[in-house]
Amino acid sequence: MSAIPSRAADILEVPLPELERSFFERRSLINGILNIATWLIAVVACIPLFSVLIMLIMRGSRRIGWDIFTELPPTAFEIGGGFGNAIMGTFVMVGIGALLSVPIGIFAATFLSEFSPDSKISHLARFCAKTLTGLPSILAGVFAYASVVLITGTYSAPAGGIALALLMVPTVMLTAEEAMKMVPRIMKDAAFGMGCTPYQVVSKVVIPTAMPGIITGVMLAVARAAGETAPLLFTALFSDYWINQSGKFDFMQPTASLSVLIYNFAGMPYENQIELAWTASLVLVFLVLVLNIISRAIGQRREYAVTMLLVVRKVIGREKAVKE
Amino acid sequence: MFFNLLSDSSGAVPPIETSNNHPAIQCKIDELYYGDFLAVRDSHITVKSKQITGFIGPSGCGKSTVLRSINRMNDLIRSFRFKGELLFHGQDIYARNIDPVAVRRYIGMVFQQPNPFSMSIYDNVAFGLRLNHYKGNIAEKVEHALTRAGLWAEVKDKLKNNGLSLSGGQQQRLCIARAIATEPSVLLMDEPCSALDPIATRIIEELMHELKGKYTIAIVTHNMQQAKRVADETAFFSVDISKAGRTGYLVEFGPTDQIFEDPKEELTKKYISGQFS
Repeated sequence: MSAIPSRAADILEVPLPELERSFFERRSLINGILNIATWLIAVVACIPLFSVLIMLIMRGSRRIGWDIFTELPPTAFEIGGGFGNAIMGTFVMVGIGALLSVPIGIFAATFLSEFSPDSKISHLARFCAKTLTGLPSILAGVFAYASVVLITGTYSAPAGGIALALLMVPTVMLTAEEAMKMVPRIMKDAAFGMGCTPYQVVSKVVIPTAMPGIITGVMLAVARAAGETAPLLFTALFSDYWINQSGKFDFMQPTASLSVLIYNFAGMPYENQIELAWTASLVLVFLVLVLNIISRAIGQRREYAVTMLLVVRKVIGREKAVKE
Repeated sequence: MFFNLLSDSSGAVPPIETSNNHPAIQCKIDELYYGDFLAVRDSHITVKSKQITGFIGPSGCGKSTVLRSINRMNDLIRSFRFKGELLFHGQDIYARNIDPVAVRRYIGMVFQQPNPFSMSIYDNVAFGLRLNHYKGNIAEKVEHALTRAGLWAEVKDKLKNNGLSLSGGQQQRLCIARAIATEPSVLLMDEPCSALDPIATRIIEELMHELKGKYTIAIVTHNMQQAKRVADETAFFSVDISKAGRTGYLVEFGPTDQIFEDPKEELTKKYISGQFS
């Protein structure tokens, strides 16, 4: 036990500890160096994205204009041209993929989070989904080639869509499950207390409440699918014509997509095609970026989603009023 | 489908024949298990029509469990088993042919934590009406329910706002409005004020007094003073720790005045005078 100082003077006699800051002491030197190092590495991590963006804007923006959305891809020595059919094809195939994967993903998520969170089959489903998220995308293409292209006898938009759906299902399902698990237990109790059947609890309370999270998952899946090349290479192939070239929409034919167009044109020896490949890359990156930003915004702020819904409703309401 | 049985265009939920001489609820729980755990035993209570019946007792005595077995909310717990009878206007709601979903439409519930849905105030109150395919004027019913819950003046200009944007006390009144919008004949309240401040609590207690004329109310409360203020009859539960586990049981049941002024059981006397809680 230390003696308790009896007078104020005794306290003052104790020497003051060294408290001044010194940059050249060993530990503060190491601290400073590591601080700067982490900061530098954080900056380095941003370089790939920004360099890609800057490169694309520099080389791709030259050809931005109406033509690229309305014209067909040029042939070997043609001047000008665009890739309207590829943009349309990407939208069609990602749309088919979303149409297939969103219902499957949401139904599966409902089962996993609400009806049977802890059964053998749900553990198996979760394991499969997690494995599928790491599936090399070319294997999805192989699967669709074997199961759709060989059977229908033609490369087609649905074959591409199915390959993309295969990659989208796990993302949609796992994020939707997480979102539905976030819905508070007491809210579900309230719904049961009102006399909802389990199905009504899910459809009227759980899914609407989890909607922002579900939309985030869908957007992420769509953004990923839009950029995929490998699954489309031997399912949708490519086409130099519009899907509705013959006057009506015929999906059972080879279909163009942005990613395959980039793949094809970037390897060609013609200046015009290479320029278009750059522009197509810019359009694709912009598309994916916009989807990502929307999904972030929705995921972070519930009110945002609610407001968007209200805006949509208002617009629809106005249109109705105008019609009447 | 279950809900087709209930879809009725004339009223929110078809009116119950209250002309028969049965009391609203006759709860005759002999044994109530969660898995192998005996949670409640020997609790026979009669909840009279258009009165408030209070359930009091120390924590863990099973009063909430008893309340939740009245509208079969316990069925949501897989291992739940019930031995006894629970008569709702003379009809055993634990009979084999009874659909628990239908039971919950006649016996509304207000929970401990305010739990409005994440939708507009209007949609929250209209929820039950739409669920029952109510064909009448929903807006009118919503206004009526909100007025009865004492919330109309505060929210009438912001019916489109999310229910979760209200304060705790307002949320709880919104939940009450949601529960009474379909005009269930019995309203169960599971510690409705425990998450609220004293002012919000007073408003809800006054509300209960007003609702009494029209609804049968059973309320679980941890607060003896609250039971004294609102309840016509009071049931006192306690915990039996003599055997393995903690089993709740009914100690005494009678008019509130008698329970608080002249309790027959020694245990009740001790609890009322604050010797344990």
